Amino acid sequence: MRIPCPYCGERDAHEFSYLGDATLTRPDPAAPDAPDRFFDYVYLRDNPAGAHQEWWYHAYGCRQWVKVERNTLTHAIAGARLARDARDAAGDAAGNVPGDAP
Amino acid sequence: MRYSWLSILTNGLSGQSGWKPAWRAATPKPAYDVIIVGGGGHGLATAYYLASQHGIRNVAVIEKGYIGSGNAGRNTTIIRSNYLLPGNEPFYEWSMKLWEGLEQELNYNAMVSQRGILNLYHSDAQRDAYARRGNAMRLSGVDSQLLGRDEVRAMYPFLDYDNARFPIQGGLLQERAGTARHDAVVWGYARGADRLGVDILQNCEVTGFLREGDRILGVETTRGPIGAGKVGLAVAGSTTRVASKAGLRLPIESHVLQAFVSEGLKPAIDGVITFGAGHFYISQSDKGGLVFGGDIDGYNSYAQRGNLPVVEDVAEGGMALMPRIGRVRLLRMWGGIMDMSMDGSPIIDRTPLPGLYLNAGWCYGGFKATPASGWCFAHLIARNEPHEVARLMRLDRFRTGHLIDEKGVGAQPNLH
Repeated sequence: MRIPCPYCGERDAHEFSYLGDATLTRPDPAAPDAPDRFFDYVYLRDNPAGAHQEWWYHAYGCRQWVKVERNTLTHAIAGARLARDARDAAGDAAGNVPGDAP
Repeated sequence: MRYSWLSILTNGLSGQSGWKPAWRAATPKPAYDVIIVGGGGHGLATAYYLASQHGIRNVAVIEKGYIGSGNAGRNTTIIRSNYLLPGNEPFYEWSMKLWEGLEQELNYNAMVSQRGILNLYHSDAQRDAYARRGNAMRLSGVDSQLLGRDEVRAMYPFLDYDNARFPIQGGLLQERAGTARHDAVVWGYARGADRLGVDILQNCEVTGFLREGDRILGVETTRGPIGAGKVGLAVAGSTTRVASKAGLRLPIESHVLQAFVSEGLKPAIDGVITFGAGHFYISQSDKGGLVFGGDIDGYNSYAQRGNLPVVEDVAEGGMALMPRIGRVRLLRMWGGIMDMSMDGSPIIDRTPLPGLYLNAGWCYGGFKATPASGWCFAHLIARNEPHEVARLMRLDRFRTGHLIDEKGVGAQPNLH
């Protein structure tokens, strides 16, 4: 499996470490239903058989967090973006990107 | 037909013409008392114990492919009960006890071989951790021995004791652990269940659930709808895919684990050995192949095949442990889909949907659990209350915080 790092180009998966599902958004800890939302966030997963948005960290390369779309049935990778570009494009709140300052 | 030396002798003399299929090719009835989804070891064991222990014989096992074609046929066949935590150890010990009587119970040779498992330690801290685990096992009435370096050397003189980075200091031995023939376990339970009246429906995929409000009344399949009083899911690896058809979102990720077997060798390793400084376990099959594996690949996958970084990692673990396997050629390698739960321990519980029961989250340790998993799941389905040894394997433990996390790594499935 080779991951197209937006910064370094296509690199072997060996250089990356995996965090997991990138569709999860860290809940607001001050919200009244925070315990329920944190249970969802920490433990429950869609775990799709097919397209999966996921975080990879290019540990032995540019040390950037990369958001990758990969098919879990075939391991085919549809695309990869730097985490902060993905966040800016989606207009997500800070906290949905690993390594972001709180 | 009952298997015995007499049946072997008579069939040997009559050209092997008297053998009959070990189970029927059943056609689906309109409804059953209980439907078990998943014809692997756990599902078939559940059906067998429902019939033999609880008298519930109007049961069907529904399997998408052929029985044993999933993880039951893809594991490295190790059986053991060397766990630490109270939520796990009594359960796995019950499984070990069932393994010890399995072949007589099923009248089927599952090739259960109690050849012992040795977990090596390579540092003082690891020795302390293993001493703790061994003591926890003894508190549950399970055999364990903490061996020093010389005792390990007497058992396995060929290991790399003076490895520069990971010298072997000793090991934790469970003598009653060992291996079993994985396919024979599936076939034995299938034959046993079939003889008690269970219908085994192969090549029959569940495509949805029949329901009335929240209550589950049966399943939609590729061979038509089938009604059921109760439905049990035992589809580890595909739990999300099946449970999502009932609208359940679960604390499970699917990951790929690879396993390897070498060319056949003369007898070389007579027990199961695990390397403590990495993740590597090895035993030798009765055909002579070295059967070994290591970590999961570490990313979500349903592909039943892995990638090269883990192959390299497993090979490095093997070489650090026993350099003499370096020139052995690999015969086959394959991948299976692991139901990785968020704390590394399984789930045997009711679901929020009445009539639907869940057996899932076996991570990469489901094979050894096969008998007790079936025993406890059958108990849960028949009596609607958990079995004593599986009572902590609850679905709601993630919400309440009563996790069973053997490795203490938290909700990060690729680290369990």
